[in-house]
This record gives sequence, C-alpha cells and structure tokens, in this order.
Amino acid sequence: MTSVLSTSGLFAAPGPGLPEHRATFGPLPVADPVQLTAAAELTGRGGAGFPTAVKLRSVAAAAAAGRRAPVLIGNGAEGEPASAKDAVLLSRAPHLVLDGLAVLARALGAADVVLAAPARLLPGLAARLAERSDGAAVRLHPTGDGFLAGEESALVAAVEGADPLPRSKLVPIRERGVGGRPTLVQNVETLARLALLARGDREAAGRTLVTRRSQVNHAGRTDVVDMPLGTPLGEVLRVDGAVRAVLVGGYHGTWLPAAVAGELPLDRAGLEPVGATLGAGVLAALPTDRCGLRETARVVGYLAASSAGQCGPCLNGLPRIAAALQVLARREAPPPQLLTDLWRWCGLLPDRGACRHPDGTVRLVASALGVFGPELRLHASGRCSATTARPFLPVAGAGR
Amino acid sequence: MTSIAFWYLIRATGLVSLVLMTATIVLGVVVQRQRRLPGLPRFGAVALHRSVSLVSALLLAVHVVTAVVDSYVGIPAVAAVVPFTSGWRPAGIGLGALAVELMVVIVASSLLRGRIPHRLWRAVHWTSYLLWPLAFVHGLMTGTDLGSGWPLVLALGCAAVVGGTTAVAWIGRTSPPAERAPAALASSSAALHHGTHVAVFRNR
Amino acid sequence: MTRLAVDPITCTGHGLCAELLPEAIALDEWGYPLLAHGELPKQLLRRARSVAATCPTRALRLVQTPARSAATEA
Repeated sequence: MTSVLSTSGLFAAPGPGLPEHRATFGPLPVADPVQLTAAAELTGRGGAGFPTAVKLRSVAAAAAAGRRAPVLIGNGAEGEPASAKDAVLLSRAPHLVLDGLAVLARALGAADVVLAAPARLLPGLAARLAERSDGAAVRLHPTGDGFLAGEESALVAAVEGADPLPRSKLVPIRERGVGGRPTLVQNVETLARLALLARGDREAAGRTLVTRRSQVNHAGRTDVVDMPLGTPLGEVLRVDGAVRAVLVGGYHGTWLPAAVAGELPLDRAGLEPVGATLGAGVLAALPTDRCGLRETARVVGYLAASSAGQCGPCLNGLPRIAAALQVLARREAPPPQLLTDLWRWCGLLPDRGACRHPDGTVRLVASALGVFGPELRLHASGRCSATTARPFLPVAGAGR
Repeated sequence: MTSIAFWYLIRATGLVSLVLMTATIVLGVVVQRQRRLPGLPRFGAVALHRSVSLVSALLLAVHVVTAVVDSYVGIPAVAAVVPFTSGWRPAGIGLGALAVELMVVIVASSLLRGRIPHRLWRAVHWTSYLLWPLAFVHGLMTGTDLGSGWPLVLALGCAAVVGGTTAVAWIGRTSPPAERAPAALASSSAALHHGTHVAVFRNR
Repeated sequence: MTRLAVDPITCTGHGLCAELLPEAIALDEWGYPLLAHGELPKQLLRRARSVAATCPTRALRLVQTPARSAATEA
C-alpha cells in the first residue's frame, strides 16, 4: 500500500477536503504565475524538468499572437507504473492542484480547463470540485493506464477524443493543441507547488515529490515523500548492503550502482555528472537477491509493447532491444553479435521519434548494460548472482 | 479525316488509355508497398507512375475529342462531361463522362499536391480505384471491339491484373497503431530465439 | 536557418529522399531517414525543396529555425 511519510509542504493538511485545505493553507491570493514561477525558478514535475515560467510565457505569447484563448490541462495521468506521487497528491491534496489550475486559468484567460487523471480517481475529484465555487470551470477527463498516457501530445489527442497517441512536434502543442488552440500542459505536482508559491511559500519550488520503492523484510514497500531538492539519496532511500543498485527517475531513468548512489545529491547539479536526472521522481532500490538484467529486460519488454508504433525507428528498435535483453537475462552465452547489435540499435533511436519514448528507453538500457556489466559476464558463463526470480519493478499498471 | 479513321482513333486511344490506367494502378501499388522495380532506383516507380498516368490522361483527352468530332455517332460535346445526354448509347457514354470528370479531378489534385491538405489529396487519390471500373464498363457498353477477339482478351487481362493488384493493396493496407508494437515485439522475440533475421516493421 | 526535418509519424521509410539527396540524407538499417544536422548548405536548397515535394507521404519538410539552436523540450 502506498503511504505518505512527510506531513509538511504539500501534505500539510490533515485531510483532502476544502475546510481542511482552507484551514491549513489559507485563501488563494490573486497571483501572477509567470512572475512567481520565474522568481522561484520552478521547473516542471512531470519528468522533463522544463522551466515553468518559459512554458507559461510561450503559451501566452502563442495565444496573443493567434488571438485564440488557450487550453489548460492539468496532467495527472501518471503513465509510469513505478510512480505514485501524482495519484497520492490528487487523493491527499487535490485542492492545491485545483488552486494551481485556477491561478493559471485566470492569468492565461483559458477557454477550457481540463484535469486529466486515471478513471479511478475521478469520483473523488468530482466531489472536491463540487466543494469549490470555481469547480464548474474544470472539466475532468479520464486517462488510461498506458505508459504514454501522460505524454503531452498524446494527452492533447485524448482530450480531443482521439486515440491517446503522441503527435509530431513539428507544430508544438503550445502553438496548436486541443482544438487547434495553444495548449499548456502542467503536471499536477507543478500546479500544487504553484499554489503554494502563490501563498508566499518560498520553499515550494525547492522541494519535490519522490516515489520510493524498496524491499523491507521480503515485502515490497512503496511510499511517497516530499523532500528538499539536493538531499543526498542515501537520506531519502536506504542504500545498504542489501541493495544492489538504485533506479533513479523511473523507466526512462538511470541505474546507478549502490556504492555510488548513496552520496548523490538529488538535484540537477548532483545527478547530471553521473548521467542521471530525477525525472518523474522515482527512486527504486533493487535488492541484492534480484537480477538487474532480468528486471531491466522485463521493464524494457513493457516499454517496447507500450510504443505507440507510429515511428519507424521506435517500432523497429525497441522490440529488437527488448528481445536482445531477454536473451541476455538468461543464464547462457549469448550469440556473438548480440551486444554489438544491441548497442547499434540503441544508437539509432535518440531524436528520431515523435516523442521521447525511444530516447528514455535507450537511456535505461545503456545504464543497465553499464551497471550490470559484471552480471552480463556471469550470465555468459551460465551463472547468475540473484537468488530469486520474483519481480521487483511493476509493469502494466498492476500492483502499484 | 475519314469516318473510318476517326473510328479507329477513338477505339485505339480508348483501349490504350485503359491499358495505361491498368499500368498506373500497378505502379501505384508498387509505390504503396514500397517495392523497387528491378533495375530502377526507388524514385523510378514514383516517376513512372506519374508519367504513365499523364499519358493515359492525354490519350483519354484525344479519345474524347475524336468521339465528339466524329459525326458518325453524333455525340454532342456536352455529353463528354454531362452524363446520359448523348443520343447514342447514353448509358455507356454517360459512364465515360463520369470517368472523364473523375480523371480530371484526380490529375488536378496530384498537380496541386503540396498546395492542398495531404488528407484531401489522399482521399481523392483513392477514387482512382473507381475510375478503372467506370472506364472498363464504358468500354464494354460502347466499344464495338470488346465483344470478341483480342481486344476482349486484352481488356479481361487488364481486369484480372487490376483485381489482383487491388487484392495486394488491400492485404498491405495500413494497420492500427495499437497493434503494431506488440506484434513487432512478438516477432522480434521469436526471430532472435530461432536465430533468424528480424523483418523490418512498417509504421503504416 | 533552413534545415531538413522529417515527420516521423508520416514517414514510412520509402527512401526516395536518401536516393535523391545523398549529400544530406542517409538510410538506417530499417530504411528510415537519417538527416544531416544543422543548416542545409545553400547549394542544396533548391534540390532539397524538390526532393521534399517528391516524398510519397509528404513527411520530409524544410523548416526555418532561428539562428541559435532551438531550446529542446521533452
């Protein structure tokens, strides 16, 4: 079960209802989100970490230039199976998210305001909207559990009633999105942090939600914490002798060896030198009794099946890469050319799709081949250092 | 020009235009299936498809003009574009008029390709599968040749070719995106498992 | 500056572009285009326009970007 540890910041209110929200955070002041996000240097919490102020300005500019009111979408789709922060936020502190939407809707003069979230969360959100005087202005949209459900252009397509498939970025959604209007998509955590910034909370931009996955007493444990950026990883996630490696950032993220991971500050400056980013804020501690290659092969199989199948390089590269990892995950010597082929396929994917799915997958694969290099050699000689085949990382929306 | 000469010209241009339309369809499917014609670069098929279609359109124009000019059958000029206004065999000529109009629209859309939305161009292009049967039935109903002998064999041969080519195009039609990645994954796993070559997967 | 771009969703790998403009376009092992980065040389501009018109799916385009490299968003 997912639990929430910290009781400050985003989760300070004792309950999700409007009275508790008002009592804890006070009323929502009128605010200029561009000025607020610029001053606080708020970055998006959806995985890309793009400066929010820049995004807001470009959508506002596109709206003014085309003389069309923009569309605003709060993105709670959370297609990443290992992540739970958006669902927890929408359940525990929905009014902060709705406040963030209200601030943006007013500042942008949005023609349409949508909150997109998994179907199971919608009844609760509808109840929260009913508590608010501005609730009728927000349209709820149910998202599926596909990995790409939260990809911005796929979400725009879904909101338009089409299949949730990514679209070409040759015309970006900030210029032409839902119904041809400039569209702003913001992750729900970004919206919640904006709501805190509007109330003068200067720390809000300096903290981030992280989903932690670890094994405690042979049982998987998942929880969500609100932590200051820059905290050493070892203080957020226990990295001891029972941990083999740490996955940072989710399924488009990076494996790091346990020995290195503990000291790393969890922010851009601390993670960039080792080729990692916080991404969707997932930290998973792979236990020593599991095989990193087997886990990665399973995840990459899921990622390959999750491809939209729209772009040639992705449609050809990911299935081949996934199949190769299946072979490498077995305890047998692989065909001689397999690793060479695998690296070549990885090299052919970045920047060649309509979205970043192939890029992110290749990043995960490359880090796995590096960190689990010794494991590759073991497998080639018919052995494996793991003692169980029980899955650790979740796939396909089950078992969050 | 004698009436007999006109008569030969009408029949010849009509038949050859039909043959070239057949070739156009075959070449079009070669492009759609992304195949190469032996000995030619990739753009050879595209270029041939365009050239052959334009020649067939040109022959069609000659066919229509000579039919109208020829006083023997008394087809008024208006019958070339307004169906069923011909005094002689109105139904057959009418189908021919429809074919002419369709040909004009298809050729115009392709000449304007790039200036019209791509979706519109594709929709118009699909109607070329309607053009061929219109021309064929017109030929059967009005053509004095197609009743017997080698012209009939030729026309039926073209019909068989068009039928087969259409079947090939239908089999190779676009697949829903959602089905492609799982199929590619299954195919890749099987191929790697057996050590066989993994086929190229098409995103269409 | 003008550069080549391909819409990866519309591109189905016909490969005409690489045949007609080999100075700027190559094909990967699956038949999909690999475009040269950066600005398209002036002497190739006219040919590039005609090659883009030849693309059977209209996936190849010439795009204008500002002189500095555009900021990338995920």
